[in-house]
Amino acid sequence: MSAAPSTTEPKRRESGSLPDTQGLFKYVVALADDALVLGHRLSQWSGRAPMLEEDIALSNLALDLIGQARLLYAYAGEIEGRGRDEDRLAYLRDEHAYSNVLLVEQPNGDFAATMVRQLAYAAFMHPYYQALTASTDRRLAEIAAKAVKEMAYHVRHAAEWVVRLGDGTEESHARAAAALEELWMYTGELFEMDAGERALVADGIAVDREALRPRWDATIDAVLAEATLKRPADRWMQSGGRSGRHTEHLGPMLAEMQVLHRAHPDATW
Amino acid sequence: MPETPMPLWEVFIRNRSGLPHKHAGSVHAADATLALQAARDVYTRRGEAVSIWVVPSAAITASDPAEKGELFEPTASKIYRHPTFYKVPDEVGHM
Repeated sequence: MSAAPSTTEPKRRESGSLPDTQGLFKYVVALADDALVLGHRLSQWSGRAPMLEEDIALSNLALDLIGQARLLYAYAGEIEGRGRDEDRLAYLRDEHAYSNVLLVEQPNGDFAATMVRQLAYAAFMHPYYQALTASTDRRLAEIAAKAVKEMAYHVRHAAEWVVRLGDGTEESHARAAAALEELWMYTGELFEMDAGERALVADGIAVDREALRPRWDATIDAVLAEATLKRPADRWMQSGGRSGRHTEHLGPMLAEMQVLHRAHPDATW
Repeated sequence: MPETPMPLWEVFIRNRSGLPHKHAGSVHAADATLALQAARDVYTRRGEAVSIWVVPSAAITASDPAEKGELFEPTASKIYRHPTFYKVPDEVGHM
């Protein structure tokens, strides 16, 4: 590891051993990938949203997520200690190295799909970051403290729209219902943890995702009820994003996102 | 299907210095909750606000610019209405 200040050094376990640096790096990068991919998706609405106020709102949401990604990538790079900064991690990793959940890489679709996707993600990440503020890793706790307030607004914004789309016109209700059906199979992956992440949970660094299920269910159920939308039936959940196995959508998105940096790798402005 | 036009709302913002809410602009929104959100997203991006008011533009009654003369010019010659004709004793300090 580089000669970093003590805030970046993982806390030692009671046995005296350090949590696995590789595992911590993987974990932080996954959080960053979630934020960056969703942030980039939202930025694709810029200039194309159904109304001016919503165009600015979506851009704000995108910037929140990209800001979170930057902080997380910077920390991940320090943990790894191989000189990779946020740009190298964001722009120079291929699809298979990206470990975001499949939900965030799904195309924007129509406005209903974007709001349903945002609700599903934010209803999870809001309580997640709340819990993460108690992490034994001080840097993660600090990042979480900032992100919590942002995610609170994301939940509120997405929920208000899902309610109005669901309890709206025939067309808006149909689109919202279709979006729910389409995206539901990607929501299960939010709660997945592999052995590495479970170890970090045991160390008090990461958050137990499964434990957030009741809260996520409560938020989603409340919003869907007010939106007069039916909660989709239980089903097999898509998975694989955390291991770099992505849907056909991530590749083209990354290509577009990374092309400028790859064409001019050392450009600054 | 004819669309109902989306209402216009006037946005007033109080900043951190605590001075009264100032008019910041307007937003289109379907209802009050979304109007508040739109105002937050459009007009408070640079930390300007601690408080937002949104008011339907239709609720605002404004003076007619053509009546400026009869409404406002008479006051120009009534200097006895200004609180400047007494001396504040030094012990009172700043008023």
